[in-house]
Parts: sequence; C-alpha cells; structure tokens
Amino acid sequence: MGLRYGTGGEVLRDLEFRLGAGAFYFLTGPSGAGKTSLLKLLYLAQRPTRGRISLFGEELTDAPRDVLPPFRRRIGVVFQDFRLVRHLSAFDNVALPLRIAGHGEAEVEGPVREMLAWVGLADRASARPPTLSGGEQQRVAIARAVIARPELLVADEPTGNVDAAMAQRILHLLTALNRLGTTVVVATHDLGLIAATPGSQLIRLENGNLIDPTGALKHPPVQSGTTYQPRAG
Amino acid sequence: MFDWLFPSPPDRRLLPGGKYSGPTPWLIAIMMFVMMIVAAAGLALAGGARLVREGVEHRYSIQIADGRAQEARAVAAARTAPGVTSATPVPEAELRDTLKQWLGPVAAGESADLPLPSLIEVELAPAADPKAVATAVRRAVPSARFVADQAQLSPMLGTLTSLTIIAAVLVALIAFATAAAVVLATRSALDTHRATIEVMHGIGATDVQVTRLFQRKIAIDALIGGVGGGLLAALILLLVASGGIGALGDWTNGSLLGLGDVAVLASLPLFAAILATLVARATVLRALRAQL
Repeated sequence: MGLRYGTGGEVLRDLEFRLGAGAFYFLTGPSGAGKTSLLKLLYLAQRPTRGRISLFGEELTDAPRDVLPPFRRRIGVVFQDFRLVRHLSAFDNVALPLRIAGHGEAEVEGPVREMLAWVGLADRASARPPTLSGGEQQRVAIARAVIARPELLVADEPTGNVDAAMAQRILHLLTALNRLGTTVVVATHDLGLIAATPGSQLIRLENGNLIDPTGALKHPPVQSGTTYQPRAG
Repeated sequence: MFDWLFPSPPDRRLLPGGKYSGPTPWLIAIMMFVMMIVAAAGLALAGGARLVREGVEHRYSIQIADGRAQEARAVAAARTAPGVTSATPVPEAELRDTLKQWLGPVAAGESADLPLPSLIEVELAPAADPKAVATAVRRAVPSARFVADQAQLSPMLGTLTSLTIIAAVLVALIAFATAAAVVLATRSALDTHRATIEVMHGIGATDVQVTRLFQRKIAIDALIGGVGGGLLAALILLLVASGGIGALGDWTNGSLLGLGDVAVLASLPLFAAILATLVARATVLRALRAQL
C-alpha cells in the first residue's frame, strides 16, 4: 500500500506487512521516514491512497466511516503530542474511552483510579492538562490508551518526555499488556528501549519504504487471534 | 428519545462554556422578538380581515341613481323577496352628513344643487340567494343597482390579505435567518472544540455521540434566547392590546388576536428551539462526515 497527502509525493511506498497477534513491535527510522503516517494508518485516522488494509480480520480500506468506531475502540493510541482534552481533568481524560464505550460510572471509577495510581498520578486526578508537566501529560495519555485493555496499542514516542525510571515503568506496562494478548506497536528513537524488550520485533522505515530483508514482516509466524494486515493492492 | 437533553455530568463536561456564553442566545432572542411581533401583526391583520369579511358577508345595498321617488317601491320589493331579513333606507340627512366630510357645507343643505342617490341597506339570511333578491328589486325598479358590501370593501380586504401574506413571508425569512445564524454558531462551536472532537473520534466515539453534545448546547441556547425574546415581545403585545401604546391600542382594541393566535405565538419559542436543534444536528453531522 502507499500513502500520499494531497498532491505531494508518496510518504509511504509499497508497504507490505502483517502484524502477528499478540506480538510486540518497535517502529523505527529517521525523522521524516513515515513512522507517524504509518501509525495513523494503524489507528484508522487515515486511509491509504492505494493498496488495502485489513484489521482484526476485517477489510477496512473502503469501509464506511460509521463502521470504524467499533474498531477504534479496540485500539489504544498514545499520541506524540498527547492530545489530552485540555478542559477535562486527568481522571476524565483517562475515563474517556470507557465512557465512550458506554460503561457506567460504577465501572469507571475503580479502574481509572487504579490506572492513575499505576502511572504515579493518583494525587493529580483532578488536575487539568495545562497544569501538568510534559511527563505527567504523557503518563495520562498512556493511561488513557490502555484503560480499555485494547487489542492493539499504538504508541508514538511514549517515553519521549519522561525520565529513565518512568520510561522503564511505562515499558513494563506495555509489556504486561502485551503478555495479556495486546498487540503493541511503539514508534521510538530510543534504542535502549528496544534493547530492554527481549522478544520484540523491529519495523524499520526509511524514506517511506519498509526495510524487511528477511521477509519476516510479510510472513510472520502464524498466531491465533487478532491480525493486522496492510498489504499491497 | 430526549435523553440527549439530560446527559451525565461527565458528558456535560466535554463541552465547556456556560449556558449563556456566546452570542447565540442573544441572537436568537432578537430574532424571536422580531418574529413574534411580525407574526402577531400578521395574525392581527388576518383577524381584522376576517372580522370585516364576516361583518359584511350578508350585507348588500340598493342604489338608485335617479332619486327617491322609486325608493319605496324598491324597499317593498326587497322586503318581500325571499331571504331578506331587513331592508332599511338610509335617511338623506345621514348621506349628506357623510358627504359633508369630503365636500364641505355644499353637501349639507337640501337646497344644495347636489343630486343624491337613494341608498337602501339590505341584510340577507345566510342561506338567501342574492341573485334572486337582485332580480326581484330590478323587476320593481329597473334602474336600481344591487351591490354586495363585500365587493365595495374588496380593495381593502385585498390589501389586508396582501399584508398578511407579507407578514407570513417575513416570519419565514426570519426563521431562515435564525437557521443560518445557528449554522454559523454551530460551525464556530465545531472549530472551537475541534481538538476534543478529534480525540473523541480517535477513541471510537460515533458521530451521534459527538452530535448530541452540540445539539444539546444549541437547543438550550435556542430555548433561552427564544423564551427571552418571546417574553419581551409578549410584553410589548400586551401593552398594545391593552391600549398602553396610544393609537395602536385604539386601533386594535385588543380584540384582533384570538386564543388560537395566542397559542400560535406562544409556540414560536418552542418552534425556534426545535428548528435550531435540527439545524445544529444536521450541521454537525455534515461537518463530521467530511472527516474520516
């Protein structure tokens, strides 16, 4: 598949790969290689301009937009710029996916408090994003992405604004989620993070092209469950 | 069906801003004020025309151009015609008094060199046949003219009808302008909350979930503005009807708006709120469809 914005050149070219269900991927590449564009395709914020995408076993390339929300609820996203709702408290931001999915307040309170405690923000639950530091905002964004136990977690530089200790903690959270069956894709420049995650796989992009010399990304080991399959059309 | 009007506190927090913030309630209040005044004027004109039409519906006049000599024969013929409830000659003095208003003293004296026609006022029963009465009168007095009062008032009634239609068109235009204002206000609100909408969509919110937030806000703004503008207009109309505004009160005599008219006017704020809600909903849905 390929992706271009407007009349510009293709930012992603001839990408063909499958994500194994329950696998852990790091997406790397130099700045401008197309990592964020690829993540947008993964969390259904963008359609490819050519080729096909299937997600969770469903062909979604040309799916009507009203079909997409249920799929989006199965995906957690950590944006590079956090995208927290500025006028909502940290608690409300983290609770948003559960409320949108239709959970009542009784089902929201406990898990959200627990998640905020886990990311070290129990005492900042009522704080709004503008009063939080960059690192705190990032932790709220991560908590929001994982609160609904997504089947696919997509994170764009999730440790970019936190100290080494918190980065390790976040990595542990992501690997714990992965162990529970969530497929994780993390875009990062942090080689230490990759090294600290044994068993993870690498997706490397350069100038919009996928570097896959062994073909392992095209044909990953067969696993049951969720699969994500962007492939050439 | 109306659960979107009563969202949970967390849903309410998604779109910040007080109920009275922004120009929308004020704009709708002004529109509603003008709409109610124009609608009341239109209904009063229609009511006035109806009253005049009903008042003269069965009234006719016999006019005899060549004097009073034949008046008695015409009256007798009219009174014996079927369906005539009364036939009364207008006294010459009364005619001269009427003419005096336009012609001055020259019309006042009987010696004045001003020939006057004979005028007989005739009232028919609702089921009477005016043509049969006219034939009977002309048979007795061939030079007599049998004229329906409604025909004489038709220019005025036509004017009243035209003014009523103009008022209705103005109400429709104001409603259109209100809808356009709501579209602009909704688009502005969408721009203001674009980041929130993108986050909600990214997390899996449906268009309906996003739309409900906006349509509730616009519905509340429209209801507040509509009721406010409507109450002010009602106050003005009450003053007019009670004679509190000088000549206007004398003219309308407080009787031109019936209960049905008042009900129509009272329903306008609700109509504005429903219109604004539907327009806001359509605007939001259309804007969201432009996104993925």
